[in-house]
Amino acid sequence: MKLTKEEYQQMTTEASPKSQVVRDCIWAFCVGGGICLLGEVLKYFYCKWGLTLTDAGTLTSATLIALSAICTMFGWYQKLATKAGAGTLVPITGFANAVVSPAIEFKTEGYITGVGAKMFVIAGPVIVYGMLASVAWGIIWYFWRILFA
Amino acid sequence: MSLKKGDTIFFENCPSITGFATVGGKKESEGPLAEEFDCICVDTRMGEECWEKAESAYQRSAVEKALNKAGITLGDIDYLFAGDLQNQCTASAYTVRDLDVQFAGLYGACSTMAESLSLASSFVGSGICNRAMALTSSHFCAAERTFRTPLEYGGQRTPTAQWTVTAAGAVVVSAQGGAPYVKSVTLGHIRDFGIIDINNMGAAMAPAAAETILRYFADSGKKPIDFDHIYTGDLGLVGSTLLQEILKQEGVTLPNYSDCGMLIYDRLRQDVGAGGSGCGCSAAVLCAHILPEVQSGVMKNVLFVATGALMSPVTFMQGESIPGIAHLVHISSQK
Repeated sequence: MKLTKEEYQQMTTEASPKSQVVRDCIWAFCVGGGICLLGEVLKYFYCKWGLTLTDAGTLTSATLIALSAICTMFGWYQKLATKAGAGTLVPITGFANAVVSPAIEFKTEGYITGVGAKMFVIAGPVIVYGMLASVAWGIIWYFWRILFA
Repeated sequence: MSLKKGDTIFFENCPSITGFATVGGKKESEGPLAEEFDCICVDTRMGEECWEKAESAYQRSAVEKALNKAGITLGDIDYLFAGDLQNQCTASAYTVRDLDVQFAGLYGACSTMAESLSLASSFVGSGICNRAMALTSSHFCAAERTFRTPLEYGGQRTPTAQWTVTAAGAVVVSAQGGAPYVKSVTLGHIRDFGIIDINNMGAAMAPAAAETILRYFADSGKKPIDFDHIYTGDLGLVGSTLLQEILKQEGVTLPNYSDCGMLIYDRLRQDVGAGGSGCGCSAAVLCAHILPEVQSGVMKNVLFVATGALMSPVTFMQGESIPGIAHLVHISSQK
């Protein structure tokens, strides 16, 4: 064949259908916003029931995580995510889904080497680099306060 | 006896395909070829406790049905060539564990149906044995957790990604028998044009398909119009477009061309991205659609070119590009 790799890369880019960015963004905005709105509603009612703002915030996160785990268990979260994309990935519910889905999937490999070991296969890097980023920011913040405060 | 010219083996005593069967899953039952499957099992667990065992159950069912259609028993099979998408080809090994037969496990990714059929035909056509079986399967759920993410993970698929078919296909190749016949086979060369996107495997495989088709035409002296139809394995929307563009640049047009990945599902209605994939895809289309039409004489000459992307999740994560392969089988209604 006369074709070069560079020519083929160009042909592939032209032949590959693109994601529908506008449609995906609208879905992500509406679903992601909807999940956040649900969080706000939950927090409002928890506050109304006499909880402090901190406790209401914690309980809201816990409720959303539990709801996401239940939806993942029934396969609903994945169905919504095929349309919502980042809308279901970014909120805390997405993190819960990333932990629960491998836990369900790898149950057949046992509770230690399957569920236990594979549970953080997707969420693990988020935890590792999230903590690393928080440490880095802590150091920056420490020196920032010494130098400029 | 057989004659090798260039890359192609031409059989003088063309092996006969005396039995073939395919068993599909739920999504396949909702596709355009649903009526043509020998059996549909909508319980994709097949009553088993895990997806891996379910895939072996699909294989066992396809083997039983192909043997019944050929009117023989397993004891009449001299060699069984089988492959699948699971790590270490375990779906096939665990199927054959319960069958007392000489077995060669194959990994050609989605090209395995053409690879196993080529080897079975070569063993029979060269007089090594009287009967051989080619068996191939893939299972969406088993493949997803091997190559992508857990089933319930909320990810969005890119439009170029393909949907792994849940199906198994089995073909009995015999020294004596009626149509369809295997006239010739061409085992492919690996071609890698630097595609690294695991969600665009059609693009990774298209150059290998073009290479095999061009080599076959050069070896046989035939042209696309000599065939009622030319089928590629699962190139899907992107790969089949690219294949035709590559061949056009080489001065070959395919007026009678389809891709198995585009036939097995209604791509838009069933939301399967760029089409079907997996070694069960070409196996199912071969056994459900192509072979019956050749057997009945509706089609007289067909090229079946199954394609495979030979990467693993490890090589993908290491940033390696995807090597593609394609094997070709010429199937005819006449000897």
